[in-house]
Amino acid sequence: MKEKLVNLYNKDGTKKILASLMSIIIGLLVGGIAVVIVGLFNERISLAGAWEGFRLIFAGILSTGRDSAGALSWGFNSANVGNMLFRATPLILTGLSVAVAFKTGLFNIGAPGQYLMGTAATLFVALSIPDGAIPDALVWVLAFISGCLAGALWGAIPGIVKAFLNINEVLACIMTNWIAANLVTWLFDKSNLKNIVEGTKTAYIYKTTYGLVDGAYVDGFGVATPKLGLDKIFVGSQINAGILVAIVIAIAMYILMNKTTLGYELKACGANRHSARYAGIKDKRNIVLSMAIAGALAAAGASLYWLSGNTEFFWTTYQSLPDEGFNGIPVALLALNNPIAVVFSGIFMAMLDIVGLQLTKLTAYNEYITDVIIAVIVYLSAFSLVIRMWLSGRKKDKVGAVNANAEPSPDAENENSGEEVSSEETPTVSEEEAEKGGDEI
Amino acid sequence: MACMEGSPYVIEMLNITKEFPGIRANDDITLQLKKGEIHALLGENGAGKSTLMSVLFGLYQPEKGEIRKNGEVVKINNPNDATALGIGMVHQHFKLVDVFTVMDNIVLGAETTKMGFLQKKAARKKVEEISKKYGLSVDLDAKIENITVGMQQRVEILKMLYRDNDILIFDEPTAVLTPQEIDELMATMKGFAAEGKSILFITHKLNEIMAVSDRVTVLRKGKYVGTVETKNTNKQELSNMMVGRPVQLEVSKTPANPGETILSVEGLCVPSTLHKRNAVNNVSFSVRSGEIVCIAGIDGNGQTELVYGLTGLEKSNGGKVTLCGKDISKASIKTRGANMSHIPEDRHKHGLVLDFTLEQNMVLQRYNEPQFQKMGFIKNEAVREYSDALIQQYDVRSGQGSITVARSMSGGNQQKAIIAREVDRDKSLIVAVQPTRGLDVGAIEYIHGQLVAERDRGKAILLVSLELEEVMSLSDRILVMYEGEIVGELDPKQTTVSELGLYMAGAKRENVGGEAK
Repeated sequence: MKEKLVNLYNKDGTKKILASLMSIIIGLLVGGIAVVIVGLFNERISLAGAWEGFRLIFAGILSTGRDSAGALSWGFNSANVGNMLFRATPLILTGLSVAVAFKTGLFNIGAPGQYLMGTAATLFVALSIPDGAIPDALVWVLAFISGCLAGALWGAIPGIVKAFLNINEVLACIMTNWIAANLVTWLFDKSNLKNIVEGTKTAYIYKTTYGLVDGAYVDGFGVATPKLGLDKIFVGSQINAGILVAIVIAIAMYILMNKTTLGYELKACGANRHSARYAGIKDKRNIVLSMAIAGALAAAGASLYWLSGNTEFFWTTYQSLPDEGFNGIPVALLALNNPIAVVFSGIFMAMLDIVGLQLTKLTAYNEYITDVIIAVIVYLSAFSLVIRMWLSGRKKDKVGAVNANAEPSPDAENENSGEEVSSEETPTVSEEEAEKGGDEI
Repeated sequence: MACMEGSPYVIEMLNITKEFPGIRANDDITLQLKKGEIHALLGENGAGKSTLMSVLFGLYQPEKGEIRKNGEVVKINNPNDATALGIGMVHQHFKLVDVFTVMDNIVLGAETTKMGFLQKKAARKKVEEISKKYGLSVDLDAKIENITVGMQQRVEILKMLYRDNDILIFDEPTAVLTPQEIDELMATMKGFAAEGKSILFITHKLNEIMAVSDRVTVLRKGKYVGTVETKNTNKQELSNMMVGRPVQLEVSKTPANPGETILSVEGLCVPSTLHKRNAVNNVSFSVRSGEIVCIAGIDGNGQTELVYGLTGLEKSNGGKVTLCGKDISKASIKTRGANMSHIPEDRHKHGLVLDFTLEQNMVLQRYNEPQFQKMGFIKNEAVREYSDALIQQYDVRSGQGSITVARSMSGGNQQKAIIAREVDRDKSLIVAVQPTRGLDVGAIEYIHGQLVAERDRGKAILLVSLELEEVMSLSDRILVMYEGEIVGELDPKQTTVSELGLYMAGAKRENVGGEAK
């Protein structure tokens, strides 16, 4: 038994998971400490409130409010869990978007733009098709597919620029993000979708769930993602089958990247464009394809989010980019770019959201304290590499072990050190970008 | 530094054993370095040379054995301890900061400071004195990225001298140097030894050992084979000790028996990425089945571009290439690959995806063949089986077999893996570019043997090599390239190295560019 455990511990995968878990726990601890400090300096909170805040940081998802005596009560909170899964849906998909691009050697910071384009295409299709013209289910499918296509197209632009002009995809992505933000605002401004339901709320697009009943738009008769009974399990939450779609897509991405010839090609191009070309693989096509897939994934997140009909879309996006896009980066980082792990890290990030809401609802804290925790975790996920090395024992011994039979070829050794630098660098860059994104929002 | 009574050795590594999980990289190795000698450490790739030096330099801690300095046992926990003991090392790949000046690189880590401020003048004076004393002239204010590799090596040497090291380790110092630079380095090393400094010289090049060392210690597969006086040995004996069996330094092959023309090149031009002229200008030649045609020449005379033009990595801008009767002048890399294997010049840039596993690399061109995929899904078992078979057949050694990450393999075995892959693809033409660069005699012997065997199986082989010895011994016909043109066709049996050299240097040329044979 013990041997089995040792074997399990010695597996690379186990260490990766442990490293991510440790960065999460440290992140929560640091967040908890921040909560306590903030609480102690705030008269309305004081020590008792700070202790409540600290507990909510760790277990907010299990909070059921306050009992009659005014103390925090705990238990399974179906609304919280359901909402967490609902909010996780777009995060999982933007996380996949970033992760898949990472695996193919590209840094997709264009997820917010792709997400916006997906939003626009989905809403346009879902809302423009006249009620009753075709079945709602078909409208749903069309809206979802056109959302994905729009995202794919938007993602392909930085890909094309990278493949043919060798312009860094990060630059192109950031630019396309803002083009998307302005383009979407312009599109909705020109359209007459914005004020069919309520003439006054012109900055909002009405929900896809509105349907025409007796000449008036009524909520609940339009296009919506089916709930498949999930709302019976998670009573009182916004959950729908979107989370299942996200999980299926994650599994499909795992299979695509690890089991198929296409995944092999994409990864080969990402790992070494020159040798891929040498082997006759079309490197340019694959770079474009990688970005298109990444774009489609981010847009799929948008489609699923807006097709749920839970919220109205605030269409003047020209000076903001959607959080979901940028949050895909920490989701992917925390999951070490593994598509399956992205599901869990996406749910975790959504949990932090819920925790933030619980904090605001139950204590005098404001929800932005969760942003602090997310930021800490993002920083630590870059650290997870260091933690992993530490878990693997002394790093140089490990390197030696690999090379034991074969002395490192000098070049290999050199490349190794280069690799370490670069792999540590990538998350750092993304972190900064994520932060930047956060600032902009 | 005065030696202690009774110990003629300045550094002794006694019975060093260093184990890594599952393997003994160093097994009971003893190395004794005399004061003022040049001691060569010889061994194949993977023999444990680097591990042993890493132990001496404090990067690894040995499980058994001890290190003595002047007869006293010392403990070296990290490179700083090593430096404190006067041990300095020039790594094969230099540890320099590219954007710093030479001067800054030399003092980096050993800066003279006063109240936290750099004392650049004093340091500069010291560096200037050293460089004058040993004739190691180098522009102290130049940035590393702007100076040649040979100069960079000088900077590394100056770094050691600046730290007053008197035990100097050179890890394969000549691999990156031109012949002239190698001669200079040899002279410098001899100068150091005459000064009383002791030198450990890691290499697998026998010529250099014979030229410069006093004694040689040979390692094989992590074990100590022996230490010999250089003057009492010869190249053959050393290579036998290193490989553990008699090695053929000469290639043995029967006369070629050329058949039909496989590759025919007419008036090929390939543009240069460096200048406006063509890197390959109006080149014509042909390669028949069953012969090894060698393109000889000094590096940078268009050989690389010629190969790029033939394999499709670079677009040609004129001329016609016919392979197996088909015009492939404009064909894609994949189409050309249907009849052509390519052992690339740069195994890290082109030959391997270093972060892929060995098995993934083994099917780099073939993952799409029905043997390895079904409906777009890779058949992992088939890939594993195929890779295991190749590893077995071509004796590719690696830590974990098929699942080893290519990056962690030794250069020789990486090259063997590429050779295995390319030869096994079984194409009519094999383009081999510097297939033995940086490899030890055992691996070279093996690769030469493979190429000759493929020739005898009726393959056409186009070899591009910078090594004169290789050109002379392996090829059936020699084409000499100079400034993008073929300036001579020679028969290796009837020509001499010096005549070949004249062609390569551009001092002699004959008119062969006109038509394909």
